[in-house]
Amino acid sequence: MGVERAVTRASLMSQSLTEAKTVRGSLRPIVKKVLRVLGDFLRSFAIIFIIIILWEIFPKFGWIDPFLLPAFSDVVSGFYTLLKTGEFFKHFNVSIIRISCGFFGGLALAIPLGVFMGWFKTFEEYVNPLVEACRNSSVLTLYPIFILLFGIGEQAKIAIIMWGTTWVVLLNTIAGVKNVDPVLIKSARSMGIRDLALLRKVVLPAAIPSIITGIRLGAANSILILIAAEMIGSNSGLGFMIFYFEARYAIPEMYAGVIFLALMGLTVHEILCRVENRLTAWHEKSIYFGT
Amino acid sequence: MDPLISLDSSSAGAETKIEIRGIQKVYKVKRESGGGYDDFVVLRDVDLDVYAGEFLTLVGPSGCGKSTLLDLLAGLIPNSGGEIRIDGRIIDGPAMDRGFVMQAYALFPWLTVQANVEFGLTIKKVPKKERREISSHFLELVGLTSFANRYPHELSGGMKQRVAIARALAFDPAVLLMDEPFAALDAQTRETLQDELLDLWEKTKKTIVFVTHSIDEAVYLADRIAVMGTNPGRVTELVNIKLARPRKGSRGSAEFGWIRRRIWQFLQRLEVPEEDLELAPNAPSVAEVIDSRVAL
Repeated sequence: MGVERAVTRASLMSQSLTEAKTVRGSLRPIVKKVLRVLGDFLRSFAIIFIIIILWEIFPKFGWIDPFLLPAFSDVVSGFYTLLKTGEFFKHFNVSIIRISCGFFGGLALAIPLGVFMGWFKTFEEYVNPLVEACRNSSVLTLYPIFILLFGIGEQAKIAIIMWGTTWVVLLNTIAGVKNVDPVLIKSARSMGIRDLALLRKVVLPAAIPSIITGIRLGAANSILILIAAEMIGSNSGLGFMIFYFEARYAIPEMYAGVIFLALMGLTVHEILCRVENRLTAWHEKSIYFGT
Repeated sequence: MDPLISLDSSSAGAETKIEIRGIQKVYKVKRESGGGYDDFVVLRDVDLDVYAGEFLTLVGPSGCGKSTLLDLLAGLIPNSGGEIRIDGRIIDGPAMDRGFVMQAYALFPWLTVQANVEFGLTIKKVPKKERREISSHFLELVGLTSFANRYPHELSGGMKQRVAIARALAFDPAVLLMDEPFAALDAQTRETLQDELLDLWEKTKKTIVFVTHSIDEAVYLADRIAVMGTNPGRVTELVNIKLARPRKGSRGSAEFGWIRRRIWQFLQRLEVPEEDLELAPNAPSVAEVIDSRVAL
């Protein structure tokens, strides 16, 4: 997590300060390292631990109606049952296929188109109002139209996820390509570089941070839209599963689904942050807070 | 004693590298009231020869078109009249017979220092092994061997400009075009880099056209200074600088001060009395002045 990373960095700094003060031969470096990792871990997850403990205690002591909020252990055992019966994977697999098709389809459409639009500025000037209009119209209000066009099956869901991914990635790609430092272009041009090589060697590398930001936002969008679409018109998938458990009063299982989705969102975010860090290692680093 | 400067631009026996003939650059500017466009003349009828192996500085007030002239030499912008030839061939675009160094360094931030130096060579499709050898050689020349694998954001301004110079030299252009390359550096780094540049110039025998707004810098570096004026931009004076090389430490000398003042007068377009055209032969040098004060 980004927060964790920032905290780790900050604690590393304070650590080295205290280390400087209390250098003693008795503590082996490995022990020190273990303690440090453990300390960081505790710091990062302290609040989450506290919430889990409260979540366990409050329903157990009857301070909260256990029907509305079952104890955390009940949620965990509910999730375990879902895993054991295979019901979870049935929905999970369906969702994964939908979101992969929609999300990667959206990227496959948006990134090349964005590069093209950023490169040919007059084209972009013509199309930009349309793109802005599409991006700023609430995705889910369009869902009825998608159902009308594609039917209630998979296509409508994949199409709406694609829609939700495309615009933000497209706009960030265009911005990335368009806003390449003109000095870099001038410098490359002075060496007689050809257009295609300029695109490949200068414009695309310079645009990558912006494109990845778009991808990160697009990924968050696509999860949101996936769940909403499955809740509105579907009989399978994680969104449907959560709704279904709620309707059947299987409350612990419902919470299990919600927590799983939160973890999934977090995982995707973390992976993309790492990819971003890897690909933009050349950027000037600043400690960033929050995610 | 020999005159420190001379105004005749004929350099006996020198081979002409760059011929600039009747160069014009006109921009269309939108009229403030009413429709249509006005012509804005940036450069008018610029004639200039640059000799092979020469260090020429272009100095002038902002708006005199010195950077535009350099962009024209680089082939980055089209001219509106006249022609520029290098070794007799007309320039019709950028090419690797000229290297370009800018004030803003313009290093590619996603490439390491070494990969930056190799950038022009990759365009030229030089094989990797050879690229490594060349880039290592030039990194050594600018004293940055130990920074080969760093990224530009890890370097200071002076180091960045050294990398940019190494990058421009790596593909072995005959001419080096430099657009206020040291203007963003602090005074001390700037002086160090000026000496390093003169060193590189002597080692590589490049023809250098160097744009600056600093008279001091122009005098320190140049064989010849082209003084430019505004409205429209043009070359008003060509001055041979006959200050002995190497010039390290000459900045404080009376000769240096005298030349600097003369160039300043040219820039201000002042009428100069005849007797002021030569340095008084018996004028004490600055060092002597300071010494005598101490003695008193």
